[in-house]
Amino acid sequence: MAFGIVGYGVYIPRWRIKIEEIAKVWGHDPDSYKKGLGVEEKAVPSMDEDATTIAVESARNALKRSKEVKPGEVGAIYVGSESHPYAVKPTAATVAEAIGLTPNITAADTEFACKAATAAMQACLGLTKGGYMKYGISIGADTAQSAPGDALEYTAAAGGAAYVIGGGEGVIAEVEGTHSYTQDVPDFWRRDGAQYPKHAGRFTGEPAYFEHVINCSRALFEKLGTSAKDYDYAVFHQPNAKFPLRAAKALGFDEEKVLPGLIVSKVGNTYSGSSLLGLAAVLDVAREGDRILMTSYGSGAGSDSFSFRVTGSVEQKRRLSPPVSYYVERREYIDYSTYARYQRLLKG
Amino acid sequence: MAVSSAGIPQHWRTIKERYRLLGAHCERCGSNYFPPRNVCPRCRRRGKMAQVEFSGKGKVYSYTVVNASSKAFEQYMPYVVALVELDEGPRVLSQIVDCKPEEVKIGMEVEACFRKIFEQEDGGIISYGFKFRPSDGSWACRETGQRSS
Repeated sequence: MAFGIVGYGVYIPRWRIKIEEIAKVWGHDPDSYKKGLGVEEKAVPSMDEDATTIAVESARNALKRSKEVKPGEVGAIYVGSESHPYAVKPTAATVAEAIGLTPNITAADTEFACKAATAAMQACLGLTKGGYMKYGISIGADTAQSAPGDALEYTAAAGGAAYVIGGGEGVIAEVEGTHSYTQDVPDFWRRDGAQYPKHAGRFTGEPAYFEHVINCSRALFEKLGTSAKDYDYAVFHQPNAKFPLRAAKALGFDEEKVLPGLIVSKVGNTYSGSSLLGLAAVLDVAREGDRILMTSYGSGAGSDSFSFRVTGSVEQKRRLSPPVSYYVERREYIDYSTYARYQRLLKG
Repeated sequence: MAVSSAGIPQHWRTIKERYRLLGAHCERCGSNYFPPRNVCPRCRRRGKMAQVEFSGKGKVYSYTVVNASSKAFEQYMPYVVALVELDEGPRVLSQIVDCKPEEVKIGMEVEACFRKIFEQEDGGIISYGFKFRPSDGSWACRETGQRSS
């Protein structure tokens, strides 16, 4: 029996702020940021949205695409995020309650910077393939934090994606294999109780992102006996538009295979949602037989790579809830003062 | 450090109905109620109540724009509070989000979404639940499954 993705759903808040608007406030040159990052604008949550509400909206959209899944058949729910609203009190329990899966279910929040939800996808794959449960749900959702005026402020965004994992005829993308690559790297961190993360500037590139994304993907190629030419699409964690394109080139992928899943230019870096939103954008357009490589990246640091083969079930299922492009285009621009209010940067 | 537990029992008791729009349905006369009721006021002792999850689809029955709120909701001002008539009949009171106050109209189609309703001060709990946003089914007409090339 094939195991993999049974359903997927996404959510991106409605508000956007442009790079120019942020640069104006800090006296930065907007063109150098736009060119350097390849990002034009980022998604901003409303004041009543957080990682929990984004996870619930994504999960509801994923369940609409998983009609065959009955509530009692989902045995696990995991929410990966860097912005869980509580330090102690699980986001996953609230999400499980909101989508009607309680009480016979295991739930937990996962953390590994931006790859917490792909790690949870591997857990769901193991639990379902091992026969412990029929389905598991993994969600990546973030309202990313950044210190005002920091380079991160240009990209730290909000959004999420949810994946129902399991086996059977309803599988829309079979997992052919997965590999992980982890080392202790101090590239980006947030200490307990700290409001904003810190990062080691240029150090985030070579020894961190590229080392893990490229080597993890290569190790999966080796395991499966594949190479870039065997894939129709490649999706990478997208903190900006430059990094994934450079990693793709190093692995031998043409830009055309990366662009359908590259949404960071219009949405920003949705952290735990990043690679999973990219994968969803590809599933929105992929056809039966297509193969997809997805490699996430989480600072600290590690990558999870997956090789997917798309099945014929994708065609009818994807029509059941909004595609990524709907949320990308559903947008309203706000200025920096409104942004500051939404982000609670102003204290009354 | 202990924070005030005021409101926590009520918050906990109403979690299911606020998270999932769970109401009551009288199997005898077909009436729907939100918030849920134990007894059907029409059928009294002859009624038979069952739990029902509403679709979350409805129309704005009436609304007001709040420009002077209680302290807990000041951050959202100006905001819209509406009576939403659900497709299944009951009218529920809710904030309308994801649109500007001037965009709200009586009769406007809305759908339920999941949002933060209220946050206790001093590190207290967050109350989540339904709010409503304008319905948008435009994505359903889209041509998907086409390669961009």
